[in-house]
Order: sequence, then structure tokens, then C-alpha cells
Amino acid sequence: MDPPAVPLSQRGPASTDVVVRFGFWLFLLSDIVVFSALFAAYAVLSHQTAGGPTGPQLFERGRTLLETGCLLTSSFTCGVMSLAVQRRSALQVYGWAAATFALGCVFVGLEVSEFAGLIAAGAGPTRSAFLSAFFTLVGTHGLHVSLGLCWLLVMMAQVATIGFRPMVMRRLLCFSLFWHALDIVWIGVFTIVYLGAR
Amino acid sequence: MFGKLTWIAIPFDQPIPLAASLLVVVAIATIAGLVTWRGWWPYLWREWITSVDHKRIGVMYVVLALVMLLRGFIDAIMMRTQLAFAAAGAQGYLTPDHYDQIFSAHGTIMIFFVAMTFMVGLMNFAVPLQLGVRDVAFPVLNSVSFWLTAAGVLLVNLSLVVGEFAKTGWLAYPPLSELAYSPGVGVDYYLWALQISGVGTLLSGINLTTTILKLRAKGMGYMRMPIFCWTALASNLLIIAAFPILTATFAMLLVDRYLGFHFFTNELGGNAMMYINLIWAWGHPEVYILILPAFGVFSEVIATFSEKPLFGYRSMVIATMAICMLSFMVWLHHFFTMGAGADVNAFFGIMTMIIAVPTGVKIFNWLFTLYGGNIRFEAPLYWALGFIVTFVIGGMTGVLLAIPPVDFVTHNSLFLVAHFHNVIIGGVLFGAFAGYTFWFPKAFGFSLHEGLGKAIFWCWLIGFYLAFMPLYVLGLMGATRRMQHYAEAGWQPLMIAALVGAVVIAVGVLLTIVQLVVSVRGRDQRRDVSGDPWNGRTLEWSTPSPPPPWNFTIAPTVDGLDANWAAKQQALSQDRDKAELEPILMPKNSPIGVIVAFFAVATGFALVWHIWWMAIVGLIGILTACLARAWQVSTDEEIPPETIEAFHQSGYQQ
Amino acid sequence: MHDTWSWLSGILAPQGPIAASELKILLNATAIMLAVIVPVIVLTLGFAWWFRVGNKNAQRLPDWSYSGRIELVIWSIPTLIVVFLGGIAWLGSHDLDPYREIQSKTPPLTVQVVSLDWKWLFIYPDKNLASVNQLVLPANTPINFQLTSASVMNSFFVPQLGSQIYTMAGMTTRLSLLADRTGIFPGISAQFSGAGFSDMRFDVVVKSSDDFEAWVNTTRQGKGVLDPAAFAKLAQQSSNVTPTTFAGVEPRLFDPIVAGTAHAADAQTMQSNQMPSTGE
Repeated sequence: MDPPAVPLSQRGPASTDVVVRFGFWLFLLSDIVVFSALFAAYAVLSHQTAGGPTGPQLFERGRTLLETGCLLTSSFTCGVMSLAVQRRSALQVYGWAAATFALGCVFVGLEVSEFAGLIAAGAGPTRSAFLSAFFTLVGTHGLHVSLGLCWLLVMMAQVATIGFRPMVMRRLLCFSLFWHALDIVWIGVFTIVYLGAR
Repeated sequence: MFGKLTWIAIPFDQPIPLAASLLVVVAIATIAGLVTWRGWWPYLWREWITSVDHKRIGVMYVVLALVMLLRGFIDAIMMRTQLAFAAAGAQGYLTPDHYDQIFSAHGTIMIFFVAMTFMVGLMNFAVPLQLGVRDVAFPVLNSVSFWLTAAGVLLVNLSLVVGEFAKTGWLAYPPLSELAYSPGVGVDYYLWALQISGVGTLLSGINLTTTILKLRAKGMGYMRMPIFCWTALASNLLIIAAFPILTATFAMLLVDRYLGFHFFTNELGGNAMMYINLIWAWGHPEVYILILPAFGVFSEVIATFSEKPLFGYRSMVIATMAICMLSFMVWLHHFFTMGAGADVNAFFGIMTMIIAVPTGVKIFNWLFTLYGGNIRFEAPLYWALGFIVTFVIGGMTGVLLAIPPVDFVTHNSLFLVAHFHNVIIGGVLFGAFAGYTFWFPKAFGFSLHEGLGKAIFWCWLIGFYLAFMPLYVLGLMGATRRMQHYAEAGWQPLMIAALVGAVVIAVGVLLTIVQLVVSVRGRDQRRDVSGDPWNGRTLEWSTPSPPPPWNFTIAPTVDGLDANWAAKQQALSQDRDKAELEPILMPKNSPIGVIVAFFAVATGFALVWHIWWMAIVGLIGILTACLARAWQVSTDEEIPPETIEAFHQSGYQQ
Repeated sequence: MHDTWSWLSGILAPQGPIAASELKILLNATAIMLAVIVPVIVLTLGFAWWFRVGNKNAQRLPDWSYSGRIELVIWSIPTLIVVFLGGIAWLGSHDLDPYREIQSKTPPLTVQVVSLDWKWLFIYPDKNLASVNQLVLPANTPINFQLTSASVMNSFFVPQLGSQIYTMAGMTTRLSLLADRTGIFPGISAQFSGAGFSDMRFDVVVKSSDDFEAWVNTTRQGKGVLDPAAFAKLAQQSSNVTPTTFAGVEPRLFDPIVAGTAHAADAQTMQSNQMPSTGE
């Protein structure tokens, strides 16, 4: 049989690279379902302020714009890092990873300061159902970013110690998929929570 | 130092829970002692606990499910006994406090740790073999998934000895499950056990979906996949889409309970109805996660024992995927009585009925598979026939409950309880036992005792009708679920009949153990030397029984449905003598699964009892284990041709 | 409660139009489905037995796995049944919508229902009285229920009168029922609500209009006024509560109960008294 004549679905077991990437896509999909549930909860509870502060009274556009800028830029630097990974250029990978890491840290720092400010002003998550949903949705995203930062550190340590092995390359690819997915989720958070606040 | 944990947590003052906990402790100690005395630990560690072989993991899932079936069944017998006596003012022998824990534990255990675990076990065992591949997509992750499920099981059973279980029903509706109304640790046990095992289930879903979509034998296009693989695909897609909703919902309840949030509380704008919507957005797909693989088992069993291809394969695939899609559009039928309005209720009622169409098609397809067959009445077929007869009744009562005005008078009644036991026992459990009997010889190289297998079937069938037909009637007579006692003396005869039914099923459960012992002892008479004891149709029957760790010495090539049948018809054999044997790359065993699960239990237990330092230690343990794994460079090993040849020379025996 | 033993009880013995219509739909739908299910069961067992190994009269079709005509029929049969039952469901959902008020020449009576841990409170706002664990109703009069919960979720259900509906804190649900016969019918909570759930029962006493008015007058000469203080006391957890009545009710007490402000005292008790006691 001529190879091109065989349909893709009949060509036998796929390579490890394909399998890992596909499995990770499925994981990301499931993660997005978690966020969907949290978005749904936020939509239901966003007006349940129980006499407490409302979204427009609390949110600072400037800060969230800065957060968005950081995260989108970090997605770009992460993309450039992936290209460097393909070239197996360790130095460039470290450089772009450092940029990604720094931007991610700024994002997390901004979010932590926002949360701290809200709690100090008596608008913590226990104040109303709206704030519970807000802290959970935005906080879960922030937690994902923080875990992503830890993962990035681990990957750099892997590049440094065991080099660009196929398994390390696959993990770096999964990391970049993860990082871009968080970006997409953030776009949702930014539009629905911050821009959509009424 | 130990958070909320004190000696009060051990039920010294309550004789029944104390006896139960003693029984558990003694049983575990006896087994551990026996294993130590016989010196089996090294073997168990090497061959089972650290195994990443999908067949071994599948077997361990099924063992776990059978053990938990015993536990869940003891709960059932206790409930039925209570209700047989607690009539007309009598209070029975169980206090509400204890009774409420029992029905909550019964539901939780039977769904998550019996039905779910059994089905995941069967899929793990059979799917890669049917696809003609050597393992699942992520073998080590598979081990992690299994051990996380086991961790959940351990936490639920720990609650029997230390503390209490939830007293809220198996879905823990708020506000009852909120801190204000359930201040004890029961709900926390429930939540952490299910969160931990839920992660395992999700990972397993990702694993099997990837396996089915990306790893199939050469030539096996989608429309050449065995039907069980299709139903497994549908089931695992549902796991990926539905389980994250459960995780998110439980997470919201957890922050309510631990950090004083207000998602579902009565105060400050919380909305308990949102929990009920979210939990059923998971919960309804969940029942299809359970039943679809059972449908797959029945399809394989009926075709095999009729010695005919499955009738209407294409229809079956369409019906399976239709059920998969529709299952997300019906969740509201679990609470028509919320007062959602006529249009909403009617929409969800009709959507629910529409699921009856593909399900009905499946029934007819099985019927026409039987037609013209050469039908061998062996134990797996008994389960399949018993299933069709029983399941159509459950389907009918399901459609009745889907009609909103009928649901208004039967919701939450014993009629409902009878309905879901009708589909879960008559569907999922019968399917589990059919699959267990069907694939047992493949897993162990000898078949189960046939006569006892049929006896077990009759116990379950007769017991089921005795136990649950009275509940249908009681439901119509106005009896609601979760009563610890009732005033109506007139209900008592039916309650006693239900107890008798439960006892008949109990005989079946005990016979399962007897059958296992008898079959193991007499295994030499029931050896399966051919690898194909049932004259099977799919690729798993082309391997020796039990298959080697690498499943297929020569990777099979497929050119149609029922690959093994076609090969037999054309007297084809993929003969290893003619081919040059090549070394096979297989993943090495790994202890990461059991290590992660150990720390997960520690973390879960610590969180239940607010022992914060221990929770942190547990999390650090999990992290360290994962990092150690990440730096492990050689994770595969090569199996040399000599080993492969030696396996085949040894006459298929291990 | 009912010592005489009869199969015809619960929803099989309807005492009002809603319950009667619901039973009729239940029976009709069952009959329609049995028309398919019984043949399927018979054919399954029949085919299996006829085509058993060793039956020489059976004609084997070892490769037969497809027939377009049969496929058409087996998709059509369940589809037709579902179209038919779907119609019943659509009409039934609208005709028997719990929120739809029953039309009658007799003016309706409003009853406000509050589920508590673990008893039922019935407020008659027009009659200015209230009762606990006993619901007295006039026959042949549409009853418009407004329902809420001052605790966890429950479901208000009188099987012989028809539709049940959830009671939920912070929300009001509605239900319209009518009893067309006098008598005593059991009422229950159909949603598990904790330790005292099994005793969360009430008698529905349906009286003729005259007897009902007589009961109203007697009750209003009785003792007790349901004000926020009395309500807070009532809202404390207790089970197996003997039916009682209140001769007066503070006007519009139901609204603060729904809002959750009527029983602030209750919430405090809950915190201090964490272990529910039962069996008093």
C-alpha cells in the first residue's frame, strides 16, 4: 500500500510527541471547563453584593490594564522562548524564560496587591457572594499563573541539568501551551469581570 | 498539634460504629499480617503496586470495586433492616445520626468507588487489548490515577474509624452541607475523598481518550473499532467534560466551609440552587459515564455468544455518540420541583425523553443481534439477557420521571430510588459482572466457575426484583426517600419484602467470593490454553491468556471490524515464527503512583482535621515525588527477543 | 397516622384535581410504553431461546448484521413514542404548572408555608392565624401556597393532593392545590433536611367551608401570637413537634422570613448549639 493512500485514522499508533501534545490539550480543555464553572458562578452571583461594595466601586481599570499588558507580553516572550527551544539554544531560552518569568511575577504581584487592598478595605471574599465569586475566579487564575511560574523554574533547571532531551522538549512545549491557555482565560476574566462590571 | 482531632473522634460510645471500625481495622491487620508472614510484599510491590501495566491496573481497579461493593452492601443491608422494623412509631436500631451517615456513604461508595471504579477497571484492562496496542497512552499516569482512586477509598473508610461521614446524602446539597448545618468533619471527609479520587478519574479519562484517539493498531480506522472502545471513548470524553465541573463545585463548597465564603450559604447572597445546578451538570453525564461502557460490554457479549457480528454497528456508534452529547442537556430534570416554570420544565423533560430514542435503538440492535444467532447460554450472556429485560423497565420509569407533572408526585420518592437502582443495578452492575466473567479468563488464564456464575446471576436478578419492585409501589403510596422511620404500618410488609430481596442479593455477593475461591483452587481444570475461550471476535482474544506484559508480540494489522473473527475465518495467523522478533520498548515500573497517593491521603486527612502542618508536609511530599520523577531519565526498558521467545515457549503460562 | 392498610394510598388515591390529572398522565404514559416494552421483553427471551445452540429448527444467519428497513423501523418506534409522550409532557407541564392558579368560583385562600428545622409553619395571612405541623384547609377552595424555608431546603408534599415544590431560604416558590373531599391526608417533607427529617410530617385536615370557618374562629380565640420573638423561638431546632396554633400573626411576617431577617436570633442559637439533638 502506498503511504498517502492510507487514511490518517488507519496509520497505526501515533508518535510519543503527538500523544503527549494531544493528552495535554485534553488536560487544558478540562482546565477550561473548571474555569467555565467558575465563570458561570460569577455570572450568577455578580449582583449578589448583600449591601456591600459593587464591582465598579472596587475595580481599578489602570491596574487591570497593566496586568493584561504583562500577561499578553509574557505570552509573546514565551512564544519566542519556544522558538529558541526548537533551536536548542540554551542561552536564548534562559533569556526569554527570564523575561516571561519576570512579567508573570509582575502580574501576580499586581493581583496580590489588588487582593490585599480589597481585604484591607473590608471587601474580602467573606463580605458577599459577589466577592466570594470574584476572589475565587480571579484567584484561581492567579494560582494557575503562580504554578506556571514554578513550572517554568523547574523547566529551566531541567534544561540546565539534563539538557534538551526529547522529554524535556515535550514538557517545554506543554508549558507554552499552558501559558497561552492562561492568557485566553485572562482575556475572559478581563472582559467579563473587569470590563463587564456594571 | 492535631487540629480538631481528639480521642472523641473514635466512636467508643456507639457500639455499632465501634464494631464496624474494629472489623475494618482487624481485617486490614489480618491481610497485612498474612502478606508479611508469607513474605509476599516484595512480589506485590514489584508486580502489582508499582506496575504500570494497564492489565494489572485494570485488575486492581476491579478488586478495589469488589471490596467496596462489600462495604456498600453492608450499608444497604443495614438500611433495609432499619426500615423493615422502624414502622408505626418504632425507631429501629439506628439513630438518625447514624442512619443518615449510612445512606450518604452507601450512595457515595456505590457510585464513585464501585460502579465508577469497576467500569474504569474494565476499560483499562480491555481497551488497549481491543485496540491492538501495547499499553495506554500514559502508563505511569495510569498508575497515579488508580492510586488516587484508592486514596479516596481509604479516606472514606477512615471516616468510619476516626470521626464521622457526611449526613447529607450522596450529593451533599447545601445549605445542609454548609458549616452552619453540618459543623462536623463528615462533609469534609466526603469532599476531600472525592476531590482526590476525582483528580484520578480525570487523569484516567484523559489517558484513555488519548489512547483511543491516538493509539490504535495499523488499519483500525474509527469505524473498525470494537464497539466497547466506542462506548469507552464516549464515557471518557464525558469524564473530561464533566469531572472538572464537579471539582470546581466541590472547591466552591470547600472555600465556603473552610474560609467563610458565601457561594451557597443562606446569608450574604449565597445561592444554594447554583450548587444543585452545577452538581447535576456533572451528575447527569456521570450516569452515562457509567452506563455507556456497560452498553459496550453487552454489545461484545451478545455478539460473541450469538456468534454473529453486532447488528447495526453504525447505528450503535451514532446512538452512543448521541447519548454522549444529549447527556449534557438534561440536568434540570433532577429538580423539576424547584419551580422553574412550565417552558423550562417541558424543554428539559422532552430533552430527557429524546435520550430514550438512541437507547431504544440500542435495545433493538441487541435484539436483532440475537436473531439468527447460534446462541450459547454461558454466564456472561445471562447477565446480558437479564440486563435487557430489567433495563427496559428502568428506562420506562425513567421516562415517566421525565414527564414533569409525573415527577411532581414521584420526585424524591422511593419510586425514584427504585428507578435509579433499576438502571444502575440492572444496567451498570449487570454490565460490570458480565465484563468481569467475560474477561476473567483473559486476565488470569483460567475461567470462573460456570455454575456458580449462573447462581450469582440468579441471586442478583431475583433479589433485585424482590428488593426494588416493592419500592416502586411504596413510592406510589407516598413514601419518600431517606426516612429513618415512618408512621404507616401498612408499608411494613413491602419494606420486609425489600429486605428479603436485599438478603437474596447478599447471597449473590457472598457467592462471588466463593466463586473466586473455587475457581482459583480448580484453575487447572479451567485453564484457557487457546487464549480464546469464548470464540471471541475482537483482538484481545488473539493474545495468549494471560497476555504478556507487551500484549502483542507482533503489532497487529487490521482490515475490518471484528479483527480476530476475520483472522479465524480466513485461517490467518500473524505467526511470530515467520517474522523476525524485535526488541520491544516498555515503560519501567514506577512507585510514583503509590507515593503520591500516600501523601494525598495524608494531606486529605490533615485538611479534614485542620492539622495544617501535616497538610503542608503532604503537599511537599507530592511535589518532591513529582520532581524526582521529572529528573528520571531512563523510564523505559527494552524487552529482548530472547525473553519474548521464552514467554511463548513456556506454553503461555507465567 | 393511618393504621388501616390499603394499596390505594398516596398518589394512587388522589383527593383533588391536580393529583387526579397527574395520576392519569402517569397511568397513560405507562400504558403507552408497556405496549412496546412487553413485546421487547418477550422477543428478547423468545429469540434467545429459539436460536439456542442445538435447536435444529432455527435458521442461522451467521453474517447478518445490517438491514436498512429494520434500521428505519427501530429508529422510528422510539421516535414516535417520544414525540407522543413529549406532547403529553409539554401540555402537562403547562396545565399542571405548580405556579398556575386554579380557576374556581370560590375565591382562593392564601397559605404561607415556612419549613423549619424540623417542622412546618403555616401562616394564614387573611385569617390572621398560624399553625404548626397541621394544615387545615377548606374543601373545594383553591389554595394558593407561598413557600419558603427558614433553614435548609425542604420539599412541601401532600401526595394525595398532587404536586410538591421545594422550599428554599431567601426565595419564595408558589403552588396551587385544591382538595375536593374532606378528610385527613398525610403531608411530608420530600427533601432530606437533617436529623429530624423523618418526623417532619403534618396532617392536612380538609374540612367543609363551614367547619373551616368554625376552626378559624376557635383558633383565633386561642393563645399565642406569632411575632418575631415567637418565630425565633420556633425556629430553633426541634423534632417530632406536636401540632400547635397561634391565635394571631404579626402582619407581613412572611417577608422578613424570606429575607432571612426574622430569625437573626435563630442563627446565633445555631452557632452555640452545634450538635443537633433529636428524639425529644
